[in-house]
Amino acid sequence: MKSVLLSSAAALFALASTANAQPTAEVLHYWTSGGEAKAVQALKKDFEAKGGKWIDAPVAGGGGDAQAAVLRARVLSGDPPAAVQIKGVNIRDWAEAGALADLSAVANKYHWDDILPKQLQDIVKYEGHYVAVPVNVHRVDWIWANPKVLAKVDAKVPTTWEEFNQVAEKLKAAGIIPLAHGGQPWQDGTVFETVVLGIGGPDFYKKAFVDLDPEALNSDTMVKVFDEMRKIRGYVDPDFPGRDWNLATAMVMRGEAAMQIMGDWAKGEFLAAGKVPGKDFICASTPSDKGYILNSDSFAMFKVKGDDLVQGQQLLASLILGEKFQETFNLLKGSVPARMGMDQSKFDSCAVKSMNDMKETAKNGSLVGSMAHEIVQSGAVRGAILDVVTEHFNSDMSSKEAAKKLAENVALAQ
Amino acid sequence: MLDRLAERLPQIVVAPSFLLILVFVYGFIIWTGYVSFTKSKMLPVYKLDGLRQYTRLFSMDRWDVAYSNLFVFASLFIIVAIIIGCLLAVLLDQHIRAEGALRTIYLYPMAISFIVTGTAWKWMLNPSLGLEAYFQSLGWESFSFNWIVDKDMSIYVVVIAAVWQASGFVMALFLSALRSVDQEIIKAAYLDGASNTRIYMGIILPSMRPVFLSAFVILSHLAIKSFDLVVALTGGGPGYASTLPANFMYEMTFRRNQIGIGAASAMMMLATVAAIMIPYLYSELRGKKNG
Repeated sequence: MKSVLLSSAAALFALASTANAQPTAEVLHYWTSGGEAKAVQALKKDFEAKGGKWIDAPVAGGGGDAQAAVLRARVLSGDPPAAVQIKGVNIRDWAEAGALADLSAVANKYHWDDILPKQLQDIVKYEGHYVAVPVNVHRVDWIWANPKVLAKVDAKVPTTWEEFNQVAEKLKAAGIIPLAHGGQPWQDGTVFETVVLGIGGPDFYKKAFVDLDPEALNSDTMVKVFDEMRKIRGYVDPDFPGRDWNLATAMVMRGEAAMQIMGDWAKGEFLAAGKVPGKDFICASTPSDKGYILNSDSFAMFKVKGDDLVQGQQLLASLILGEKFQETFNLLKGSVPARMGMDQSKFDSCAVKSMNDMKETAKNGSLVGSMAHEIVQSGAVRGAILDVVTEHFNSDMSSKEAAKKLAENVALAQ
Repeated sequence: MLDRLAERLPQIVVAPSFLLILVFVYGFIIWTGYVSFTKSKMLPVYKLDGLRQYTRLFSMDRWDVAYSNLFVFASLFIIVAIIIGCLLAVLLDQHIRAEGALRTIYLYPMAISFIVTGTAWKWMLNPSLGLEAYFQSLGWESFSFNWIVDKDMSIYVVVIAAVWQASGFVMALFLSALRSVDQEIIKAAYLDGASNTRIYMGIILPSMRPVFLSAFVILSHLAIKSFDLVVALTGGGPGYASTLPANFMYEMTFRRNQIGIGAASAMMMLATVAAIMIPYLYSELRGKKNG
């Protein structure tokens, strides 16, 4: 009886607050399937528990392309959603168009400056104030290896690119595919950026992909990177063109191939197949001097009018970076929290390694944003880079010419 | 009053669709043309910027590949589909048994969407899953058919799948035309002792000229707007070796936030279509009036 009274009182209270201004937020996203959909539901529940009204605006079709078209139309017609799943430099593009809200009030209240790595702050800030909220961090520079296959040739996961080549040659001689790879431009780009980080180092990576310095793009170091790409081309099987990344992951699982270079969304495939990290598969960072390539999803907050909408937006922003949501969401999606210093007990060993590495690399400045996943470069420049990378990977273009073309294409795309 | 209304009725009925086409086809062609002369990137801007987008377009390797692929693909697709369709029609025209069933079988691919065609052929042509693996497992070890993963050959794979899809339709077009040829003339030719081949080459096929025109028009617009087949079959790859201009336009406009270049490439596609179709239609239609 008491509980009935209590709950009806709560309902009354909720009604009263609705009459005032119920915090409302329309959320445009493309997380419509699997763990991602569950993760969004978790956010919705949190938001509604705090008295908010959630308007779900999922874009079917599973990609940012369809969403971008919807968003463009909504912004042009002057009715943007409150929060939109946008990441990387696209945030800056929308901020430059004057479409994003200023989140400084929420950010100061919850000390975002202290909990986010500096490099990630740069991504979600525009002219010094927050305009977007990071949801998670995916690490890109991973090698996923099958330890049983490596044991067949007495090899360990390589820690330098030279070692990588030696191990690959051994595997090839033993009739095993050294590297499982899918020949799609973004996958070629993923491998390419890990090689750039490994051979050039974090400073070179930033010069080439963040500053787009033509001298770095067309440098001897870049020629060396393309040389390594040419070698890697010899370590993939002949049927790789067009293969989806998860099929490549399955090749590693089945023991047909020894390794795959892919971001940690690949971990989800292993876990879904009931594989145990450390035993059935190994996660190791790709060879580099303690670097870390980061890919982060985030929600950009658009300028909305009306008290209820502004309140809803701020509530949503504070929830997204709250410890509770960061943990549930990232456990479901297989990524790691964007905020540092969280309890690690529920995460698996790969995620813990990722969290620790992120903290360390954030401190010594070797944390870089992904080029292939549109964190440091927007669609145009990224596309121009990938054009050259994939053309080189699929033809007999010389490394020198590829480096030259890289500089030309990037200049053309700006 | 009513008489007047009746007089105007055709115009009134046609007016809404005429208006819609005016705005949504020709209006947006003009809009796209205008945007191709601006700096538009993520959002359209309307400040003119000269021919810069076109110079950028023509200095991109990717556009070169896509544009020359269009000619390879369109010419092979149209010619091969017409030849195969025509041959099938002539063969089916020999009053054979079960013609109805055969006709349905050949026509059926047209009922399938390009996405399905592309996916099915992707599996069949994949060297480690499809034809190559099958023949090798039968013992023909040296059999090799890996065009789909070969940068120089992948565009021909697109041609094969497209021809498979469209030639049955061309066959149906030709078959109905064959049936409508005046039987009296054919009988007269028989009486004069003309051979079967001679009758087809000399009388029947030339009388089907309008059907060639419609087959050409239908196939060429299928070729130019081809987009989904490439997406499903090769994903534009290996690399970007098998992309067509429509894929290029989509990639630039919607993925890379380069609306200006996307619009410029769309205008180039329009210009290409116009350059081929206008003279052809002109000569065909004028020829008819004089005849």
